[in-house]
Amino acid sequence: MTNSPTKQVNPKGSESYGRWLGPLTPVLAALAALLIGALMLLALGANPVEAYTAMASGAFGSVNAFADTIVKATPLLFVGAGICISFRGGVLNIGGEGQLVVGALAATLAALTFEDWPGWAIIPVCLILGFVAGGIWGAIPGALKASLNVNEILTTIMMNQIAVQGMNFLLRGPIMDPIQIEKGSFIPQTARFSLAADLPRLSPTRLHAGVLLAVVVAILVWALLWRTTIGFRIRAVGMNPNASRRAGIHVGRYAVLAMLLSGALAGLGGATQVLGVHHRMFTDGSAAGFTGSAGFNGIVAALFGQLHPLGTIPASLLFGAMLVGANKMQRAVQVPSALITALNGLVVVFVVGSEIWRRRLARRQEVIEPGGDPNLATQESGVT
Amino acid sequence: MISDLFASTVLIGIITSGIRLATPYLYATVGETFGQLSGVLNLGVEGMMLMGAYVGFYMTFTTGDPWLGLMAAILVGLLMGVAMAFISVTLQAEQGISGIGVYLFGLGMSELLFQKTLGTVETVSGFPAFKIPLLGDLPLVGGIFFDHNVLTYGAYLLVPLSWFILNRTTWGLQIKAVGQNPAAADSLGVSVTKVRYVTVTVGGVLSSIAGASLSIALLNVFQQNLTSGMGFIAVALVYFGGWNPLGALAGSLLFSTVNALQNWVQVLGIPVPSDFAVMMPYVLTILILVIALRKVRQPAALTKPFERGEA
Repeated sequence: MTNSPTKQVNPKGSESYGRWLGPLTPVLAALAALLIGALMLLALGANPVEAYTAMASGAFGSVNAFADTIVKATPLLFVGAGICISFRGGVLNIGGEGQLVVGALAATLAALTFEDWPGWAIIPVCLILGFVAGGIWGAIPGALKASLNVNEILTTIMMNQIAVQGMNFLLRGPIMDPIQIEKGSFIPQTARFSLAADLPRLSPTRLHAGVLLAVVVAILVWALLWRTTIGFRIRAVGMNPNASRRAGIHVGRYAVLAMLLSGALAGLGGATQVLGVHHRMFTDGSAAGFTGSAGFNGIVAALFGQLHPLGTIPASLLFGAMLVGANKMQRAVQVPSALITALNGLVVVFVVGSEIWRRRLARRQEVIEPGGDPNLATQESGVT
Repeated sequence: MISDLFASTVLIGIITSGIRLATPYLYATVGETFGQLSGVLNLGVEGMMLMGAYVGFYMTFTTGDPWLGLMAAILVGLLMGVAMAFISVTLQAEQGISGIGVYLFGLGMSELLFQKTLGTVETVSGFPAFKIPLLGDLPLVGGIFFDHNVLTYGAYLLVPLSWFILNRTTWGLQIKAVGQNPAAADSLGVSVTKVRYVTVTVGGVLSSIAGASLSIALLNVFQQNLTSGMGFIAVALVYFGGWNPLGALAGSLLFSTVNALQNWVQVLGIPVPSDFAVMMPYVLTILILVIALRKVRQPAALTKPFERGEA
């Protein structure tokens, strides 16, 4: 909040502000969260340095650990890339959990149905069905929002629960592993898919081709949002729906599209999870049992990445590392890994709470140069 | 077997447990109504409920006194309410997202503390049922309405009380003015910031009590993610209730009765897969949101931060 940067008088001043503050705010927010985490660790009688060291070594300490981190980051990136579309489009999709689940379910049903198909056929079919199922699951709240103005935050949260119960029903009955029924153990999981349905893997690590797919998807989302008319309109609707409407953009249609794509990417993420990591579907009754809360953590990663799909790549990696490292931390200092969930919550709060400084700076900039394009400032300010 | 549902004992059972189970919804929904009427959408209700449930339970578990548990829950709700107000009002954070942050914090924190301090699922003797003299002895009605725990009675007293505050006091008028037109309220000398801080804090305290009512009055246990989405449903019920405590009462009762019905369906072994029974409330919430939104207009300034000098 010093005065010196405001002396810049180049016409792109407000943009350079965004550049300067943009990446810095989430980093500061994360540091603040880690600091509070350290205090919490102290309060729980653990040595924060030891805990964070264990976390880092658990996430990056060996090739396998690093591979696990990347694998853990993959669903976060799928969800996070989708979140970039929906949040930029002004619709708050909190339904990542449910969309992951239905995407995984669709892929599972296909993998079980076409078990004798060769890999080149079955894998794309599973992925496409996952994409479509997630898209439908996202489009429903989108359509309710666009046509009846029903709050999409609440409907997506309810859709999460509906998806989970649907999953539980299918796994406890119709698609339960026949061996489980024969043995009488009734563990709610499907049979292992045919080997042909496994995504290619980089042995001996757990890295699978879904990782590459996620990165490609993130790049495509960037291209969509910043290099196509559709993407421009999605962002325009998110930034100012009234102005967009006056400019002749069909606001509701783009809100539905943003939700559809957002859900579809999460669904694709769910499909890659079953094909690349688990090779079967399972449930412990809750959403997190299957998703590992990737639906929520993906939102955290996207916010951390400034709602920019390319920024979401390193952000997903960071949160993937925290999740993988948390297990090691739990063993090293006996602090439950739920600490990470709490810290993620704090990161979200800090990131959106620190927006105000950026808005104020942007506004000051506008006052100083009335000729400057105010949109540039809003455009850079992440959450709109 | 479906006909079993209509046997009088079962019907009485459903109504009685419906009234009991409305308790957490009532606290959380009424609390959220205050915040939303003043223009603040607090989506962190679920996280606050979880924290209240844990703290209330742990205090009761260690001291054996549910009243101390309730006090502890109120204190935690107060802290989280003030924190939420700071985030939404002072920092003007995007309310839909910051609330999710508070939810994740409450979810993680309550589980962390639970695993660190208890480790396994324990039970406590929470608030016992308290039969109101004379009324409680009435045939039929007595058992249904007048044989509940203190927190349940409190939840039902909260409804007329908050209705009175919102509709018959200056403070209630200020809350609504701030939620409809903060600039106008401000120009008349009402402190928008102060009103919103108070309402969000009230919401925090009531959410926390809602959580505690589960862990030390209704279920008397605490486990990870005990509330499983009730806080989000409460936020939806505020819309259903048309930002009115009486509407909140209707919504809470409708919901808790569906919950009770779902429990009985399972108890009676009616061949509906339990997963679908569990799914019912969530489907109902979406339907409710669709129906409710055509009825009443939401507070004009809902989710919009206020800053002097801005239109």
